Amino acid sequence: MTDELHVLPPGIEQPQASELVARNIFVQFQGLTAIADVSLKVERHEVFGLIGPNGAGKTTLVNCLTGFQRPTSGSVVLGGEDTTGWSSVKFRQQGVARTFQAGRLFRDMTVAENVEVTALGLGMSRRAGHQHAMAMLEWVGLADRADSIAGTLPYTDERRVGIARALVLSPAFVLLDEPAAGMSDAECDDLMHTIAAIPRTFTCGVLLIEHNMGVIMGVCNRIHVLDGGRTIAEGLPSDIQRDQAVISAYLGMEG
Amino acid sequence: MIGFLQNLADALSLGSLYALAALGVGLLFGILRLVNFAHGDFISIGAYALIVPSFEVTAQLFIGTWNWSLMIPAVTLIVVIVALISDALVFRPLRRANAPTLMIASFAVSYVIQNGILMVYGARPKAANLWSGLDAPILLGDLRIPLLQVVTIGVTLALMALLTLFLKRTPYGVMMRAAAEDFRMAQYLGVRGNFVIGLAFAISGILATAVSLLYLSQTGTLGPTMGVPLALFAFVATVIGGMGSLLGAVVGGFLVGFIVIMLQAYLPEDLRVFRDAFAFTFVILILLFRPSGIVPTRAFIERV
Repeated sequence: MTDELHVLPPGIEQPQASELVARNIFVQFQGLTAIADVSLKVERHEVFGLIGPNGAGKTTLVNCLTGFQRPTSGSVVLGGEDTTGWSSVKFRQQGVARTFQAGRLFRDMTVAENVEVTALGLGMSRRAGHQHAMAMLEWVGLADRADSIAGTLPYTDERRVGIARALVLSPAFVLLDEPAAGMSDAECDDLMHTIAAIPRTFTCGVLLIEHNMGVIMGVCNRIHVLDGGRTIAEGLPSDIQRDQAVISAYLGMEG
Repeated sequence: MIGFLQNLADALSLGSLYALAALGVGLLFGILRLVNFAHGDFISIGAYALIVPSFEVTAQLFIGTWNWSLMIPAVTLIVVIVALISDALVFRPLRRANAPTLMIASFAVSYVIQNGILMVYGARPKAANLWSGLDAPILLGDLRIPLLQVVTIGVTLALMALLTLFLKRTPYGVMMRAAAEDFRMAQYLGVRGNFVIGLAFAISGILATAVSLLYLSQTGTLGPTMGVPLALFAFVATVIGGMGSLLGAVVGGFLVGFIVIMLQAYLPEDLRVFRDAFAFTFVILILLFRPSGIVPTRAFIERV
């Protein structure tokens, strides 16, 4: 099983980068500061949580880390290599994959084809691509929906297809943008198992954005907290739960 | 009854041409959001490619005299090259342009091709006799169907089957469908955008060639704007079929062919000159009841 997940066509190897680093990132939209001086480091063996109230800049930061947004200043470094000027496609080819909040599946295509497209785009044959896609779908527990049209899936399954698609061809890092949104507690439990297994199954670091604190505290090795575009805390889940700045940021928002 | 069946055969055959043309238009619209008004001129090029360049009224066949097994690939190659050149010179620099800009650019391509034909071949319509052997009728009881109609319908079905196989089975087909649904996302996942677009132009050229050859054998006349009315009906077909849906383009094409032929056959004689006005009234009615077409696509509805 694990072997099948790692079958790569000749000439394509799993990227070697051992860490994904943000160094003093600033992002400004027409004078408005969305991210101010944020630094973080994700490693290959961990699930790294990124949390914060709505509008804290989480998705903007993930956009910077995947080439969808150019930082106003600061840099993103992948395995020691400066990524300035890289397109999102280059990031994906160099082993940084992501999912999207909106899912963004190809809704008129089958679930298997959705996952297969990435394999084909990177040069696999139809047969190899299909095998690879099926192995991924089995891994996220959706093998029985492989031939369904993606547009007919419930939202929670769409999220799983998105994860399978992101993991095609063994990226070094995967960034998951709110994968648990709208899931029931049981579905969250399943998802937590899946996410927690990514680093050891794929040797792939995970950066997880999530509002569901149960999921975050359950799977993350380390957590980084943003508020208003700034870092307010970083540390182990147990430290974050007791952190005064974090508590007041969340209470401030809710109260 | 025989009369109606005769009309039905005419409708299927005309609908085939519209469906093929609509597929060519729909394919590019799906991937590029390009409403390609030059598609009609791709069709004209295919017909003119058969004859010797001259201003004579009677066309001298040149490639047209070759054996069909050589002639069809040669003409197809010429049209595909024209389609790829128009992509490379005009549409590629406009990759980030919006749909109206692309459409206006396609008008420009259309005029350039039409005037190119005028310069080389002259403005007068020409008579050309392609595959005259296909005039022979096939008798089915009292029904007389020209062999050409059977060939037209057969070729159309075969091309549709091939296109379907290509889109469903081959890696390029899967990538093209992905690009048609969400171009940016497909690119992000590793699909090479320019390659897939070039492929779509090439296929669109192949479909245009089929229309030119079939249409020319039917009419026997060449004119610098001969493809324009075909393309116009093809647009109508893609709109009522559902923009962005290839199945819709085919359904729309056959439906428009059916409407036009039936109006031609059953309208009172005095009103027949206004046939197209009646045909477009039907189109308006269809759009009133199904604004996003007969076969709406999920991808396109979401984005609007």
